[in-house]
Amino acid sequence: MKHSKFALRAAIALTGITVAGYAMAADISGAGATFPYPIYAKWADSYKKVANVNLNYQSIGSGGGIKQIIAKTVTFGATDAPLKAEDLEKNGLVQFPTVIGGVVPVVNLDGIAPGQLKLDGPTLANIFLGNIKTWNDAAIAKLNPGVKLPSTAIAIVHRSDGSGTTFLFVNYLAKVSKEWDDKVGVSTAVKWPTGIGAKGNEGVANNVIQTKGAIGYVEYAYVKQNKMTHLNMINKDGKVAEPSIVAFQSAAAGADWAKAAGFNLILTEQPGEKTWPIAGATFILIHKQPADASAATDALKFFDWAYKNGVKEAEALDYVSLPDSLVALIRKEWGNIKGADGKPLYNSGS
Amino acid sequence: MVELTFDPAEARAAEKPQDPRRASLGRLILTDRFFKLLTRAAAAFVLLILFGVIFTLVEGSIPALREFGPGFVWTEDWNPVKERFGALAPIYGTLVTSIIAMLVAVPIGLGIAIFLTELCPIWLRRPIGTAIELLAGIPSIIYGIWGLFIFAPFLQQYVQPFLISTLGNVPGIGWLFAGPPYGIGILTAGLILAIMVLPFIASITRDVFETVPPVLKESAYGLGATTWEVVWKVVLPYTRAGVIGGIMLALGRALGETMAVTFIIGNAHRISGSILQPGTTISASIANEFVEALQVLHTSSLMSLGLILFVITFIVLAAARLLLASLNKRAGG
Repeated sequence: MKHSKFALRAAIALTGITVAGYAMAADISGAGATFPYPIYAKWADSYKKVANVNLNYQSIGSGGGIKQIIAKTVTFGATDAPLKAEDLEKNGLVQFPTVIGGVVPVVNLDGIAPGQLKLDGPTLANIFLGNIKTWNDAAIAKLNPGVKLPSTAIAIVHRSDGSGTTFLFVNYLAKVSKEWDDKVGVSTAVKWPTGIGAKGNEGVANNVIQTKGAIGYVEYAYVKQNKMTHLNMINKDGKVAEPSIVAFQSAAAGADWAKAAGFNLILTEQPGEKTWPIAGATFILIHKQPADASAATDALKFFDWAYKNGVKEAEALDYVSLPDSLVALIRKEWGNIKGADGKPLYNSGS
Repeated sequence: MVELTFDPAEARAAEKPQDPRRASLGRLILTDRFFKLLTRAAAAFVLLILFGVIFTLVEGSIPALREFGPGFVWTEDWNPVKERFGALAPIYGTLVTSIIAMLVAVPIGLGIAIFLTELCPIWLRRPIGTAIELLAGIPSIIYGIWGLFIFAPFLQQYVQPFLISTLGNVPGIGWLFAGPPYGIGILTAGLILAIMVLPFIASITRDVFETVPPVLKESAYGLGATTWEVVWKVVLPYTRAGVIGGIMLALGRALGETMAVTFIIGNAHRISGSILQPGTTISASIANEFVEALQVLHTSSLMSLGLILFVITFIVLAAARLLLASLNKRAGG
């Protein structure tokens, strides 16, 4: 009885909240990727205070975001894996990045401190292909002279759900290993040659923390929050890179955005001395000729505000903001989003 | 209508005093008709929903079934990159975890019910009964979290190494217990499912055991039967329909359970002989992949998995009916 009474009260409370939510004026609705959800929510919160515009973002996954924007049920969609130029063209969409995140391999090995172990791309790919089975394998030992490696078997932990994190990680593996590219390929979910799957970044983190000899990959924020043992990676320039905001920014700065149609660029294996090799932006999709022009304008205003004022909040949540040169390109791209009269909906004026 | 002769005047005279009675009778008939309509609508509603679900599943599965044909059911490959999908690994995982769950939960559940109805001191019945009902009320996500954080590490450190070093070396069944101890995997999922369905079996069988007329049991005891004989030869035959019903309800839950299994099965689209290795189930695959399934074929394959689960559940229910019918026939003949 108590249980049902509580449920009833909870239901009433929830209804109350929804009703209050609908009563607000100017609403922007968005749906998609889960990875940028914390920062979009944070920005929305701050933006509401300055502009009194409500942003309702549903983190239903990139796939759902793409489906919803194509179906025009939301003002903008969000995806971690960028759409190709021809798909954008076909559906009349404009795509632009918002923030950058990094993916970091983490391990659970006795006697190994964070950053003590370094790997290069091909070795990492061989581990995830199941070709390297123990931690004291010659290939790992060669990269880590002086480090005492245990003979523990390598237990691989990957994401079980489709995910932008997986997309970036396997995109990197495919760039550095032909065998990976041929055998497994690149997608938000792949046919893993070996290992166990865990749900979400938190699932992978927990499984790695619990399993001796485990290796997995998580978003940078989870490495920091859980104080996990991360690996250092040898980047394209042959230098040892440590995962950090600076290293992710370096990946974005070295990339040639101007030539990438629809900003379809994945920041893996980018040049630069400090560059972390596994990074990527998360993207927004919006119609070139939005059905609801005023909501689309509000959305563009929101993102413009976020580029100008949201950097600190992004970094507090371990996201990396975009370089200024890229933001300028994005503002130019916004000129393609037009109203029924053929004029650009929004001019950021900078 | 007994009288054969008909006199209109007499009939009219007889009609008058009957009027209020007829009116109230008419009202009763009307409410009765309304009630009948209402219940019929309720029944139709169930059918409507059922056919709605079937229609959606079939419609959603068409692209995948057209592409892969019946081979979808016995292909193991599940490759979102190359868009090759086959349902064998999830079907295998679903069936094996459910079988493990039933192997563990049915004997324990029956044991609990027999203890509670036949052997338990009266003062202890209520606490144990309440505990079982509480177990049934725990949301499945809680089982998942508990399984991942407490149960799986426990299995990994103590139980699985023991299984690998003992049963793993037994010729014939050794392959069932091969490989490194991951903690999570098919066996762990089966055991968690067993814990989850245990309350269903225990409380339903307890309730049906209580319907056995005491006089039957007492006469058996009076003839010198042991408790074992009374349970086996009087209680169980008397209540078999209810017991099988309870077990089938539990099996249905085990087949469809999603969240807890997703946490602890390892989510690998592979069939490994060893039950210590990771696998996946139909519902876990759908829960994992649906939100990020980009291609039409991927989504459609997941829908087909849903349809297959639907069919499996239907087969299980039908099999239970057949089993019951044949048991009744044997008992009757």
